[in-house]
Amino acid sequence: MNIEYIAQQIVNGLILGSMYAMVAIGFSMIYGIIRLINFAHGDVVMIGAFLTLGLLQAVGAPLPLVALVVLAAGAVIGILIEKAAFRPMRGAPQVTGFIASLAISIMLQNLGILFLTAQPRNFAFPDYLQKVIHIGGVSFRMVDLVIMLSALSLMCALMLLVKKTRMGMAMRATAENIDVARLMGININRTIMATFAVGSALAGIAGLMWGGKFGQIDPLLGFIPGLKSFVAAVIGGVGSIPGAIIGSYVLGLSEVLFVGLLPPIYSAYRDAFVFATLILILLILPNGILGEKMEERA
Amino acid sequence: MNGIRNHLIFPALIIGGIGFVAIARSTLDEYILSIINFVGIYVILAVSLNITNGFAGLFSLGHPGFMAIGGYVTAILTFPVARKSMFLELPQWLANLQLPFIPALIIGGICAGLTALLLGLPVLRLRGHYLAVATMGFLIIVQVLIINWESVTRGPLGLNGLSALTNLWWVYLWMVVTVYVSWKIKFSSYGRSMLAVREDETAAQCLGVNIFKTRVAALVIGAYFAGIAGGLWAHLVTAITPMSFSLILAFNIVVMVVVGGTGSITGSFTAAIIFSVLTEIFRPLEESFNVYGIGEILMALILILILIYRPQGLFGSREPGVFHARHTR
Repeated sequence: MNIEYIAQQIVNGLILGSMYAMVAIGFSMIYGIIRLINFAHGDVVMIGAFLTLGLLQAVGAPLPLVALVVLAAGAVIGILIEKAAFRPMRGAPQVTGFIASLAISIMLQNLGILFLTAQPRNFAFPDYLQKVIHIGGVSFRMVDLVIMLSALSLMCALMLLVKKTRMGMAMRATAENIDVARLMGININRTIMATFAVGSALAGIAGLMWGGKFGQIDPLLGFIPGLKSFVAAVIGGVGSIPGAIIGSYVLGLSEVLFVGLLPPIYSAYRDAFVFATLILILLILPNGILGEKMEERA
Repeated sequence: MNGIRNHLIFPALIIGGIGFVAIARSTLDEYILSIINFVGIYVILAVSLNITNGFAGLFSLGHPGFMAIGGYVTAILTFPVARKSMFLELPQWLANLQLPFIPALIIGGICAGLTALLLGLPVLRLRGHYLAVATMGFLIIVQVLIINWESVTRGPLGLNGLSALTNLWWVYLWMVVTVYVSWKIKFSSYGRSMLAVREDETAAQCLGVNIFKTRVAALVIGAYFAGIAGGLWAHLVTAITPMSFSLILAFNIVVMVVVGGTGSITGSFTAAIIFSVLTEIFRPLEESFNVYGIGEILMALILILILIYRPQGLFGSREPGVFHARHTR
């Protein structure tokens, strides 16, 4: 085990963390605004992945255009899910929304199985993205670099949106206190819809990245990124966007290092490790790294 | 007069059930019988989850995890000694041990209950959907451990060739026990404390209810019966794999409890029957028309509609009036 090996693991962890972050941000934003753990969020990743596959291979569209379409489609799906399921339940106990989101998740997965079959499909990005780059003993593919850079630029764009625009201000106000925000004349429904749209657009693009990174997609693929990004959001402090980003990198790195640095027999325990961490964090540090104090949690 | 009629309704139902089991076993074919067995097991699962989820309001998704523990423990205990040494590497005392079905089931249930105790002591400090997520994490951890502990569980292959010990009598007996215990709890001071904790923790605490103990008890009792159901399940299918105890199963049981009305025993009972019968009706349809997944889609759709239009479920948290002899609602 030399320094190059460790550097390679850290790079791998950063790539994984970037993808988790794309999903975790939306998760965290939606939780922040209506206190909903949205399990269907991971399945937007799946839809994004299949849409990318369809556009790339059936239509043959260029990748940047595909990315734009996937972003837009993710936003539309987010709005539809919010309108159809979560809006009619607003004001119900939190657990109700959680069960409903599980139901939507199972519905989307099975619709995927129904129309796309459960058979995994191969996913290939254009050749120029598959090129392997070596920098001083650390190697990664072009696609990994694109994933990291686009994740970073999307995060910056999101920060600008949330900090500098009127809509972002409305989102922050609604997350702070929904009733007061309404009294201040903020259109709550539109703000919540925008939150779902932005979060789901990022999840859709995460689907594109997921397919490009792992090269194989199936209708159930959203489950793992959904769960992991939830864990990441909790680690960072649910409701906080910088928290979600930090949590994602912490999770990505620790997962890769857990597998890479411990003897191979432990690598099969990866998911158990992730969820044990989740339970521990909920118990010890219930507000995460950057979260605000929330009394209902523990 | 009314009181006497109400007193007789439970014995009448139990005897009616015994009659049904006897007739079913002598007239129906194997396939239909196995479906009825599954329905019974689902009733045990829903009614027991209703103790945890309905009475005490602990939203647990870990039920299949407890089922898996009960199932594996029971299966390993009843496995014939001669074949056990071929498949598994167990400590000597366990390898030479073969128990009859019922003691094995009870030990399986107790193991599930003990696990619930160990899990509950730290995790029950969490509330609401954080508890749901933590129990879901527990379920996934149990799955991963079973998959990797190959010397005892044979990993992803699971244990197969178990003896088909489960029959309708055992399922029926355990169903009656589950419903009886659950009924006794609901209308005892214990159950009242659970309902109080669910409704308003602070008020319950002011009335001298030990919140933490009550919550742990609700989780452990629910887990015990889940473990029993797991053992029955394993010896009905005569095989047990880690994949049988998935989040989808947790979701299905939760749907039954929510649709029936969280807290209502009659509700969980009825919804478990309706949903498991519906699933069995959909299964051949899915196979013949090649539309896999349609059953789950409909289940999910029904759940969402119920959550929107009738969030209290079919029965709310009550029991229908005919069952009330001395109790008030």
